[in-house]
Order: sequence, then structure tokens, then C-alpha cells
Amino acid sequence: MLETSALACERGGLRLFSDLGFSVAPGGLLRVRGANGSGKTTLLRALAGLTRPAAGAVRWRGEPIGDGYRGEMLFLGHAPAIKDELSVLENLEFSASLAELKNSDCKIALQQMGISRLADLPARYLSQGQRKRAALARLALSAAVPLWLLDEPFAALDDEAIIGVSALCATHLAAGGMLVLTSHQDVPISCATTRDIELQ
Amino acid sequence: MTGFLTVLRRELRIALRRKGDALNVLVFFVVVASLFPLGVGPEPNQLRAMAAGVAWIAALLAALLSLARLFAADYADGTLEQMLVAPQPLAAVVLAKICAHWLLTGLPLALVAPLIGLQYGLPADALCVLLVSLLVGTPVLSLLGAAGAALTLGVRGGGALLGLLVLPLFVPVLVFGAGAVTASLIGINPAAHLSLLGAFLAVSLLVGPWASCAALRVALD
Repeated sequence: MLETSALACERGGLRLFSDLGFSVAPGGLLRVRGANGSGKTTLLRALAGLTRPAAGAVRWRGEPIGDGYRGEMLFLGHAPAIKDELSVLENLEFSASLAELKNSDCKIALQQMGISRLADLPARYLSQGQRKRAALARLALSAAVPLWLLDEPFAALDDEAIIGVSALCATHLAAGGMLVLTSHQDVPISCATTRDIELQ
Repeated sequence: MTGFLTVLRRELRIALRRKGDALNVLVFFVVVASLFPLGVGPEPNQLRAMAAGVAWIAALLAALLSLARLFAADYADGTLEQMLVAPQPLAAVVLAKICAHWLLTGLPLALVAPLIGLQYGLPADALCVLLVSLLVGTPVLSLLGAAGAALTLGVRGGGALLGLLVLPLFVPVLVFGAGAVTASLIGINPAAHLSLLGAFLAVSLLVGPWASCAALRVALD
């Protein structure tokens, strides 16, 4: 279970949000909404342990987040973390082994994202949407990772890919996973317990 | 250990597909070292006396040239972010990047340096000492330079700042590295200089990755 208490974050001296408290239980989906610059990305980065909160704390299984937490969390930010010089498959294999995921399923993951025919193509030839699909192929490998933190996962994707990603999310939630996502699009994800928070 | 090998393999694979980057550094080194005789004139004794200093300063500048790029690409495309949130220890990842940097710049520089020495008329034993001093000293440049590169990440005009930051740190390496060659030229055993260089390597092996990790965490905050 992921919890925050009295969480506050600042960016360049500007207070983005304060006194934010919520919890995400297994099978729970949390949608973070808000206008541009309201701190959605900062909140997600704070949950991932990248940004240090100005006040408050993020807790995972009752403990403040630490080294062990990183093995139980998947964070996908705006930047796709794809290297132009490597092929699509090599990129995925690298991020999988960095995250200690199974390398052998990479081809299946690309297939699930509908980009298996691009597997051996150097990533520099990918379009924006294909790049995003290649980054999101991590999701198909991360079924065993309990907590997913996704920043704008649907940006730049076409309808078919959005359906694929939301299906992956729904499967993850049905299996007891947790998901926090920011999105400007109202993509339906079937889930028993959905919560929304709106950042001002 | 998996993290270290994964990142090292990836860095080398990328370098293999962008051969220009590593080659640029090597050519820069050779060109800078070759310019000195044109400037100071062809007096053999003078050239022999300044050979070690020139080779070492050219190596420092070449290392500086490549250090600016050490984390920049990974920072821009989000890979660095993934490295920070990965379960693999960041220190292993950073050490792998430093190792790859040395294999791609420091090692080729050290191997080419005897040719530069030959150009300056260094005798055979001084050439050997130059090679050994660069083999021991260039990893220090990668280790300390990585910390500087991490500190200047995302700063506008970071390249110039990087030079101001790390060149003073390179002074001991320059003194003992070039000193070893000069010592062997005047018939003194260079072992003392090389041992001090080795000690410096041990210290920077301890400090460099740790400082780089701390700086990277701040840069991505």
C-alpha cells in the first residue's frame, strides 16, 4: 500500500501543492488531474522518490520509501528513455535488465504493443507515437511489479495503442496491482476502486 | 554486478555505433600534442624535456572534451531518470559509465601516447614510463571528471564550468604523471611518482562514484 501524509512539493520556490494525503491500496487506481503546471509530474516524481518533498512523507507498506521500494515500483516519465543508436528490442532489453525484469519476454512485450515488426529497427527512425509504444512495452514485462507510476501514458498514442495500454493497466489492477497515473485524457480503465485527486 | 555489466555493455555498444565520438577525442589529443613543436621550434633537447608535460596536458584537455558528454545524453532522453529509480544500485551504474568512458578515451590515449613521445624523441624507457603513467592516471581523470560532469548537468554553459571545476582537481595527476617521465629522463627511478599516482587512483575510486551519485540525485531532483 502506498500512502502519503501532509505531502507538499515546491518547484523553484513556488509551492505547487501542500497537505496532500491519500493512499492507494492493492487493486486501486489513482488518477491525478490538474491544469498544466499544477504539479502532476512533480507529485509522480515525488512518489517515485526522485523529487524530495518540501514537507510530508511518502510511505510504502508503512515504511518511508527507501532502497527496497525501487524494486517494487515502475516509473515511466515524460521522457521515453530510448536511445537512438540502439534497436527497439535492445532498448527494451536494457531497461528490462536494469529493472531486473525477465529479458526473455521482450519480444512478446513488443508484440503486445503492436511494434514487433520494428524490433530490429534503430530507434532513431521511430515516430513519436512508436517511441512512446516502445517505452510502454515495459508495462507488459512488469506484471509482477506491484506499483506503477505513469506520467501521461496516453500522450502521443493512437486509439489502438490507448486501448492496448488501458487493457494492460486493467489486467494489472485486477491482479491486485496499484496504479497512479496522470492524464489529460479520460481513458476508461476498468477498476474496482478508482480515486481522483485534482491539483489546484 | 548485473547493473554494472548491463550498463557497460550498453555503453560500449552505443560507442561502437557512434565511432566518431571516441575517434574525435583521440584525434584531438594527437593534434594538440603535435602543435607544440610547431610553436616552440624544433630544438631536440627542449622538445624531449617538455614531451611528458605536453602529452599529459593534451590528455587532460581531451578527457575534458569527452567528459561534458558523459551524462548529458542520458539526462536528455530520460535514461538517467530510469537509472535512478532502478533497483540496481546507482553506484554500480555510474561506475560502469565511468569504466566505459575510460575504455573509450583514457585507454586509447594512453596507447597512442608513446607515438607522441617518439615524435618528441623520448628514449625507450621514458616511453614505457609515459605509457604506464597514463594507464594509471587516466582512470583518475574519468573518475573525478564524472563527478564534475554530474555537478554541471543541466547547467547552461556547463562545458566551461566543468573545466573550471575539474582541471584544478587534475593537478596532482598532472604533476606526478609528467613527473614520472621527467624522473626517468634524468635517471631517477620513477616508481615513487607512479606509486603516488596509484594512491591517487585508489582515493578517486572511492570518492568519484560516490560524489557522482550524490550530484546526479541533486541534478534530477
